Amino acid sequence: MKNRALFIYALGYLAFLYVPVLFLPIFSFNNSQFIAFPLTGFTTRWYAGLGADAAMQHALGNSLKVGLVTALLSTMLGLTAAKAVTQYRLRGAAAMLGFISLPLFIPDIVLGISLLLLLGLLNLPLSLASVVVGHMLVCVPFSITVLIARFEGFDRNLEEASADLGESGWMTFWRVTAPLMMPGILASLLLTFITSFDEFLVAYFLSGTEATLPIYIWGQLRFPERLPTVLALGAIILTVSVALVIAAEMLRNLGVKKPMVGA
Amino acid sequence: MSFLSISQVTKAFGGLPVVNAVDLAIERGEFFALLGPSGCGKTTLLRMIAGFETPDSGTISIDGDVMNNVPPHQRPTNMVFQSYAIFPHLNVFDNIAYGLRKLKLSKDQLRARVDAMLATVRLEGLGGRAADQLSGGQRQRVALARALVREPKLLLLDEPLGALDKRLRETMQVELRAIQRKVGVTFLLVTHDQEEALSLSDRIAVMSAGKILQIATPRELYERPNCREVADFIGEINFFHATVREITDTTATVNAGLLGIVTLPSANLGSHGIKRDDHILLAIRPEHVRFAPDGVAGEITSATFLGERSHFHVKIAGRSEPVSVSGNAGPQGSAVALIFPPERLIGLPSAD
Ligand SMILES: Nc1ncnc2c1ncn2[C@@H]1O[C@H](COP(=O)(O)OP(=O)(O)OP(=O)(O)O)[C@@H](O)[C@H]1O
Ligand SMILES: [Mg+2]
Repeated sequence: MKNRALFIYALGYLAFLYVPVLFLPIFSFNNSQFIAFPLTGFTTRWYAGLGADAAMQHALGNSLKVGLVTALLSTMLGLTAAKAVTQYRLRGAAAMLGFISLPLFIPDIVLGISLLLLLGLLNLPLSLASVVVGHMLVCVPFSITVLIARFEGFDRNLEEASADLGESGWMTFWRVTAPLMMPGILASLLLTFITSFDEFLVAYFLSGTEATLPIYIWGQLRFPERLPTVLALGAIILTVSVALVIAAEMLRNLGVKKPMVGA
Repeated sequence: MSFLSISQVTKAFGGLPVVNAVDLAIERGEFFALLGPSGCGKTTLLRMIAGFETPDSGTISIDGDVMNNVPPHQRPTNMVFQSYAIFPHLNVFDNIAYGLRKLKLSKDQLRARVDAMLATVRLEGLGGRAADQLSGGQRQRVALARALVREPKLLLLDEPLGALDKRLRETMQVELRAIQRKVGVTFLLVTHDQEEALSLSDRIAVMSAGKILQIATPRELYERPNCREVADFIGEINFFHATVREITDTTATVNAGLLGIVTLPSANLGSHGIKRDDHILLAIRPEHVRFAPDGVAGEITSATFLGERSHFHVKIAGRSEPVSVSGNAGPQGSAVALIFPPERLIGLPSAD
């Protein structure tokens, strides 16, 4: 009896989570400008329209650039921070981690406005670079969280063994640390990329004249006739995002069952 | 100067000295053991020799070179870690070849060298095995091979057999000794297992709470422990309180309470500066106590059959702790008498 109630609850919850999202792909294939039931027929013309949309492709290019740079820089910072926190007995490490994670809890709109003010005060121009800086504030904590989990199962003796066998710090990093951390590094790259790629508010404040994809989509919403095209774009982004998140999760768990320690 | 020379080395963690003013000299080609209870600072001392910890004070030199400021990857030492630290992403061959990169050997030379090492540790044909498909004994051999293949001047072994079961441990002890003889490298082995230290090493340093108590050959350590702690730690031993009555050049007469007035060779008092009227401890090993009709009367409270000789606890009047005796006597409850041959009694300074 109780199990049944729980099952129905879970089903309801999943429906609440995912049914709205399903409208995106459904209407993106609907042969009508108007988003309304009943569906009028199947078409791929909204998708075809994307191929000819130069402004959209430019925005997509910007988003990819920002996403890649953010992912690389955040993961590098995350890697060094996670290593420091887990492997050296740092004083105040817990407090420091708290501070690093703080941007996660500050509303993006506040974060965006403060960065905008800061750049204005410093007389720095708004550009994709300023978007990267804003995104890193949000992404570095993600990266650290993913990588700390990975480092916690890491036997420090392995790095010492490498030094003992004649390798310096850098060679030890390349020959031992990086290969063993690779699943965590890839997971961090994917998660930070997705986070940056999907981010709207901070980018909206900091991008200046260059639009990222979410900003472009926001702009398109003013034109009702563009709505189905936006839905098609949204459906593509959704599919790719879900695939990347699943890949990141699989990487994160990869090799966790096999203990990474030397024992 | 000795091959490995450690002089007044001290290391503290959070204000607590873990290694305390240690002096140690080890000769080239020796199999030397560092023996002590868990937490006494053995690993810390070993890690300072390998370069993973820096001494707060004192010097460490190997083959005449001071090591204090040499980083681990440039020291002529290699280490077998307590956890073995086998690289999990590399197979057996690549684990062993790991430390040979800088020699820039050709493929064939590298293969020959690794294969020879695999043979030395009796892992022929296992080069392709993944690290997580090895048994405990095999991991131990890989760790040993990986260190030895670099031909270090000094091999450091941190409880290398601790993770193995008893039978495998005994086999590996014999092998370890044979390998050391074969390669001729100086071995410094850390262990808390006194049997392992006694059976493997040329000399042993007994450590306790960061200090070295005694450095001696296994036999000396067993027969002439220099303090109560060492005597207690190495094998089993009985202690009796006594007071010195008279010391001459050759003999010492002591009042040993329950054992009466005993005259023993003064050499048995060692070089502790024991004088007349001092309170001392008399120590005697269980196998040196004899059952004989005219001795101190007692009763057997437990008997453990151990083959040729059995082990007994004998309660004697006026003493709470039973006396440990190894020999042959009746079952539990039998009345017996014990003799404590004076030449087997060792005098040690009493703590109080
Ligand atoms: N990096 C460190 N920071 C703080 N304390 C430490 C550190 N390393 C060791 N200690 C402490 O120093 C003491 C000695 O440790 P050590 O590992 O040298 O002992 P050990 O003799 O090797 O013991 P075992 O036989 O259990 O391996 C222990 O009390 C340990 O807690
Ligand atoms: Mg230890």
